[in-house]
Amino acid sequence: MSQHPERLIVNVGPQHPSTHGVLRVVVELEGEVVVRCTPDIGYLHRGIEKLMEARTYQQCLPLTDRIDYLAGSANNLGFVLAVEKLLGVEVPPRARLIRVIIAEMTRIASHLFWLGTHAHDLGAMTPLFYAFREREQLMDLFEAVAGGRLFPCYFRIGGLARDLPEGWTTEVRRFCRTFPEKMKDYETLLTHNPIWIRRTRDVGVLTVDEVLDYALSGPVARGSGIAWDVRRADPYCGYEEFDFQVPVGQNGDTYDRYMVRMEEMRQSCRIILQALDRLPQGDIAVDDPTVTYPKKTDVYTKIESLIQHFLLVEEGIRVPEGEVFHHTEAPKGELAFYIVSDGTSKPFRARARTPSFVNLQVLSKLAEGRLLSDLIALIGTIDIVLADVDR
Amino acid sequence: MGIEERIQSQVLTSTLERFVNWARKSSVWPATFGLACCAIEMICTAANRFDIARFGMEAFRASPRQADLMIVAGTVTKKMLPAVIRIYEQMPEPKWVIAMGACACSGGIFRSYAVVQGIDRHLPVDVYVPGCPPRPEALLYGILKLHEKIQKDPFLTRKEGPVHVPAEVQVVAEARS
Repeated sequence: MSQHPERLIVNVGPQHPSTHGVLRVVVELEGEVVVRCTPDIGYLHRGIEKLMEARTYQQCLPLTDRIDYLAGSANNLGFVLAVEKLLGVEVPPRARLIRVIIAEMTRIASHLFWLGTHAHDLGAMTPLFYAFREREQLMDLFEAVAGGRLFPCYFRIGGLARDLPEGWTTEVRRFCRTFPEKMKDYETLLTHNPIWIRRTRDVGVLTVDEVLDYALSGPVARGSGIAWDVRRADPYCGYEEFDFQVPVGQNGDTYDRYMVRMEEMRQSCRIILQALDRLPQGDIAVDDPTVTYPKKTDVYTKIESLIQHFLLVEEGIRVPEGEVFHHTEAPKGELAFYIVSDGTSKPFRARARTPSFVNLQVLSKLAEGRLLSDLIALIGTIDIVLADVDR
Repeated sequence: MGIEERIQSQVLTSTLERFVNWARKSSVWPATFGLACCAIEMICTAANRFDIARFGMEAFRASPRQADLMIVAGTVTKKMLPAVIRIYEQMPEPKWVIAMGACACSGGIFRSYAVVQGIDRHLPVDVYVPGCPPRPEALLYGILKLHEKIQKDPFLTRKEGPVHVPAEVQVVAEARS
């Protein structure tokens, strides 16, 4: 071995099983040590923000689903809350609580996918199968309520698409009661596993200052001990009424972020059970003919409802002139929508501040000086979705 | 009655084509290659519930050189297209392509400046699986359709030869080389 080994440049991606999509990382290596690491993004840029400008607000909803495709409903929630803020409407309590339930289920589903793939990347096959077993139960529940598995698109501006099907709440209750038991299975495989600990502990340590400098959010920030959770810091959807903890780590390494996400799934279960206990009967959408679609039975029998339906479909919801910024806690971090309205039914400009894009920026800092195999652990621990990065 | 009786109970007669096609369709190895949302449903198809191993396809290969099926799962952007074509070119013959999801079939809802409006403009697609995203069952149905297609492939008697390379692929390949 010479004193100054030759540097080798390796392209990881855009097709690589562990980059969680189409991320390309240009890695400069000295032996096995990463000297420089430059992420190259844009391989999944689909122009969602530009497409939104040509669509009515209702038509934008399916586009938001596909921003972070592991947590479709969480993106819907961010978008509808922003538009509702601009409209100045408040949804009825039943709709609000159902939104909380679906959003927290989405959080569990997203974290389960992260758990399965992250463990798989580091060489553990079984957690993937365990995690997918429970994730499929959630997919079934989404399907029952909205008809779609991956993209329920169940929220609407001003409420929900339809009421819950019969017996759905019982199934969700059953899931939330059995899920903490199932989580013990995952923990038995990973938490005290010496290989897992060697691969994750002290890998990718982030200090509090670094988190603040890079504006990181979500479990990546909480792993370093910053209790920043939008649900607690700036509550929306009535999160202030719920009793839940914001788990934080101490060392800010990959292992701590793992523990934070595991605890978040348990807390989400608690929130869902509380929301189910309080779930009232009543309307699922605001009583405002300029925002909410009329009942289908009325459309066929009353001329006013027919006209209302026609106008909402043809013209869309007219949103008053102005601009709005609304942030929510998506599974991967802080998701914010900034919408500028010019008074028409289409957004003049819609911008999504997505957590993956911001969190990805820290990858080069984390990987430099580490082994190449740690890069895979680091990509997993930031929990990025490339559509969320590129939009 | 002599040797015929013995042979009938132990030997199957077939044509070479049918036999080779049976072997090919029974262990199609897909490339580990996800682009967007549809990749999540593709992973679900490979996971325990839908269990693609039932069709001899659980060996997802990370290297295209070991794969013979490309499932184009998701939106192909203009930036990603050269990589997609290169992966296809790296796969050994015989190879097949499934366009999974509305984006791979036609561009889907992303009719924008950045998105390729259907991968069939650049690659020879064998099976289209529509949906946004298609359910795992839909992908499995598409895979079974591909199996049928492989079983019927007249690769020995086909006149034009076994490989179809569309003009666009040639153009892109020439432009790069």
